[in-house]
Amino acid sequence: MNSFSTIDSLTTALVALPLLGFLINGLMGQRLSKSMVGAIGSGVVLGAFLLSCGLMSMYLSGAFESHTTNLFAWLPIGDYTAKFAFLVDPLSLLMLMVVTGVGSLIHIYSIGYIHEDEGFYKFFAYLNLFIFSMLLLVLGANFPMLFAGWEGVGLCSYLLIGFWYKNADYTAAAQKAFVMNRIGDLGFLLGIFLVFSTFGTLDFTDVMNAALQLGTDSPVAVGITLLLFVGAMGKSAQLPLFTWLPDAMAGPTPVSALIHAATMVTAGLYMIARCNVLYALAPTTLHFITLIAIATALLAATIAVFQNDIKKVLAYSTVSQLGYMFAAMGMGAFATGMFHVMTHAFFKALLFLGAGAVIHALHGEQNIGQMGGLKNRIPFTYKIFLVGTLAVAGLPPLSGFFSKDEILATVFAHNPILWVLLLLGSLLTAFYMLRLLWLVFYGEYRGNHHVVEHLHDNPNTMNYPLVVLAVLSVVGGFVGMPAFLHLGNAFHEFLEPVFASSNALLPHQHLHATTEMALMALTVALVGTLIYLALFTDRLSGIFLRSLHTEGKNTAWWKKLWSKKYYVDEIYDTLFVSPSRMVSRALHQVDTQLVDGTVNGLGHLTALFSQMSVATQIGKIGGYMLLMSLGVLGLLLVFVLG
Amino acid sequence: MLTVLLIVLPILGAIVAALSPNNARQVALLSTLAQLCITIYCVLTFSQNSSLMAFDATWIAPLGIHFKVAMDGISLLLVLLTNALLPFIVLSGSALDPIDNRANTRYSLILAMQAALVGVFTAMDGFLFYVFWELALLPIWLICLLWGGENRVRITLKFFIYTLAGSLFMLLGLTYLYLQTPIPHSFDIAALYNVALSSNAQSGIFWAMFIAFAIKIPIFPFHTWQPDTYTTAPTQGTMLLSGIMLKMGVYGLIRWLLPIAPQGVQTWANLVIVLSIIGIIYGAIIALQQRDLKRLAAYSSFSHVGLIAAGVLAMTTQGLQGGVFHMLAHGINVVALFYVIDLLERKTQTRNIDEISGIANNDREFAILFFIIVAGSVALPLTNAFVGEFLLLNSIFIFNPILAAIAGLTIIFGAVYMLRVYRSTMFGELNANTQHVAFVHSPEKWVLYPLVILILVMGIYPKYLMDLAQPAILQLMGAIGQ
Repeated sequence: MNSFSTIDSLTTALVALPLLGFLINGLMGQRLSKSMVGAIGSGVVLGAFLLSCGLMSMYLSGAFESHTTNLFAWLPIGDYTAKFAFLVDPLSLLMLMVVTGVGSLIHIYSIGYIHEDEGFYKFFAYLNLFIFSMLLLVLGANFPMLFAGWEGVGLCSYLLIGFWYKNADYTAAAQKAFVMNRIGDLGFLLGIFLVFSTFGTLDFTDVMNAALQLGTDSPVAVGITLLLFVGAMGKSAQLPLFTWLPDAMAGPTPVSALIHAATMVTAGLYMIARCNVLYALAPTTLHFITLIAIATALLAATIAVFQNDIKKVLAYSTVSQLGYMFAAMGMGAFATGMFHVMTHAFFKALLFLGAGAVIHALHGEQNIGQMGGLKNRIPFTYKIFLVGTLAVAGLPPLSGFFSKDEILATVFAHNPILWVLLLLGSLLTAFYMLRLLWLVFYGEYRGNHHVVEHLHDNPNTMNYPLVVLAVLSVVGGFVGMPAFLHLGNAFHEFLEPVFASSNALLPHQHLHATTEMALMALTVALVGTLIYLALFTDRLSGIFLRSLHTEGKNTAWWKKLWSKKYYVDEIYDTLFVSPSRMVSRALHQVDTQLVDGTVNGLGHLTALFSQMSVATQIGKIGGYMLLMSLGVLGLLLVFVLG
Repeated sequence: MLTVLLIVLPILGAIVAALSPNNARQVALLSTLAQLCITIYCVLTFSQNSSLMAFDATWIAPLGIHFKVAMDGISLLLVLLTNALLPFIVLSGSALDPIDNRANTRYSLILAMQAALVGVFTAMDGFLFYVFWELALLPIWLICLLWGGENRVRITLKFFIYTLAGSLFMLLGLTYLYLQTPIPHSFDIAALYNVALSSNAQSGIFWAMFIAFAIKIPIFPFHTWQPDTYTTAPTQGTMLLSGIMLKMGVYGLIRWLLPIAPQGVQTWANLVIVLSIIGIIYGAIIALQQRDLKRLAAYSSFSHVGLIAAGVLAMTTQGLQGGVFHMLAHGINVVALFYVIDLLERKTQTRNIDEISGIANNDREFAILFFIIVAGSVALPLTNAFVGEFLLLNSIFIFNPILAAIAGLTIIFGAVYMLRVYRSTMFGELNANTQHVAFVHSPEKWVLYPLVILILVMGIYPKYLMDLAQPAILQLMGAIGQ
């Protein structure tokens, strides 16, 4: 307890580094040179990554299984005190690797991307603060710590979406993101309270051990898990709290890659994985999650089909892919969900940074209607984007193929109808990604020719991170080979200790190897056909080009519905935003007229009486002094009589 | 003895300030800083039953009234709040003073107010408590009346009558209790705690005291004096009112009402907690569309204190922990907020958020300081307000989860209106009002630094202050449980 072990020091240093970077760049960044700011900002995250690797190798060498680092007593709640403490186990190690690994790459990329901006140092300060918050989130050893990180990343997301604060639309998007997350956070907070009322502690280890005493589907377990999931809906942009994420694309592209694709939005999945015992005990909640997840996956995939902003397509794709991850969680396949979290972090970060490279090269153009034929003009970016697209689409043997296939196989084992829906979603995914790729890089250039003359690939600081991510997107899936190959699944084995108790609780349906192979073959054949049609023939080019135009009178209703995002924003405006403004104004009237009016009425009534008694007084105030003395007199009278 | 010193010192300061027309602020600052040093000494040497801090002398012998003051952890924290905020409140007058030829009177009143507030938070005799309670009203009323803005006569009169009316109820309640004590009657707090009351009497005492405290806090629907008074009062007055004075009401609940009439509280808890929660939501919703910064902050403050009242009235350990801590946090945050509003108004000549924009372009440092204050106001973790709101909501949750869900809406609404203020004033392009606004070279900005640091430090390590109050809270919970 008293001795501070190597693991303690590594973990503490790991969290302290980004905080240090934030403080240095935030307080003194203005006086430092840009290269200095960039070096510090990226250096601390890279340092954190190396420390994560250190922890990982210690874990793999068997130095520890699960370790808690207590720093100080933070928050007394009744007789319990939440400690400022970190929990290192395989789950947090996995998240550490992803957050600091992908984080470092994106920091390095940002040096080039944001170089001309006057807020350069501010950008790195915020990014470091984000990494710090994210580390609190994934390392927190109790619910309040997780919540602190949870709100912290929300704050950074707010600051970074509104990074270009002169633009009113951007700051509106930032505010929307924060408020919508707060709706989820209220659920999360209530979930924490219910945990505390039930178990009398908020430490993860204690709560999960105690939870095993609860029966399956006990109301408390269902209540806790549902409330916590409301938080996840906000943070991980699931129905009905998903509309902030596409708007969040207002932020600089590295932010979209890091926060709104690879890390923060997966916090909800991490939380479920962290509380897997509770979720395993609440099948009702799991069903609910599955429902929400599949609805979100399909809804977002359909919307993505008709979006013309390169980042919006990717944003809806993220929402949809998060749906796939939650679907796995809903099946109780926690490790499968986390597998997709990891691979998605690789290829989606790659795609966003690739999109950033396109936008950067085109001097800020984001409309794919103004692009086309860039394949030969920015060949490096094209190759990057191609890898990302094929990985999302699920072409073997890229990483996305393995993780998505695992989800589909799990879902099929539970319910073939849901599998059909998710398969449809996969095809839509392949379609909108190929559409994006084709409209940006194939065909004829449709934009301003002035821009395209000086077109070239970006500097190397921006390209190296892309290469690393591309390699990871290709090979990242090999750690989780399909079961029927009998090669062993390193990923599952790694996470096994975390999910051991819940795996024992949940019934497991295993697919027959031939069934799994048949399903896989079918998926691959369908996706492969689409890829062939889109990239090797010209058959889909007409469809792609026509899909840019969804306005005119002759547009089919479903096209309109999809391109208008099912009018969800408009519906929320009508249902919640406008009424709340009206109620606010009306209540103000009620307050000044009715409530205060009553008080004033009472006042006038007393004034009427007092006028009689203060007739001899010089002024009103004196009158009340008299009242007071009368009161004291009355008091004395009571004494005398009593 | 130290407690008496903390009451006497500001009175001396008030007299000296009144006699120094030219440098009243310096006198006041010196006095409040000396006071703060003594308070910090008290905090550092504090231990339960410390005889240094207690004082007991017979005052009105025939009636058994004592001048009895003492500090347990709860009192100590509120005294700390009072004495820590006063130097800032004094400093915030720097802009008003040069154009005010009665500045000495104002500082004299502020210091008198300080004495009365310390008295309220340390009195251990019911009658003495009442006397300090009323004494605290006079200086603040005069400050609002003499230095207030539009309609000050009408508004301050209402404020005065309203709160006075409330305290008359309290006097009635205290007197009744006094008469129930064994002969010779006593107002001593221990004697009052020991009075055994029938359930009807508990209800009677509950209402008599609750109304007095509810008006001060204020709890819906006794709040209508508050937005007008906060808006019209000079900034120093608003700070005194919102930062410290409303805590008198919450303190009253904790020290006097809960232990004396716990069954009365239990009987009426549903009603009064619902009223408090109505206030939380009602205040927050009205704040959504306010344009006047001061009025918006007034409704926001009304919303926040509703949460404190509801959490405390639920009578849980968490509620008292949160209530006591959040009184400090809210005091600091609201004073910082009103300070920012005052700065903005002075530099831009307006309080309308639609007419102020883009200040982040001119002064990033100020924008950051303001942001931390906003973060505190929306109770982000690792700021002081999170600790309080978390515990208070948890307390309401124990009382009734559904009510906690409703009260919790405040974290959503709070984010909406505070971020709206921030976005409107700091973000966007500069406009005519803000073209030349920069606080970079303004010494006033330095007042914000200690406040902002407090917001963060109290959020990162709340335990130090909470530990001070913990024994007193457990003792109180014991008294309630009887």
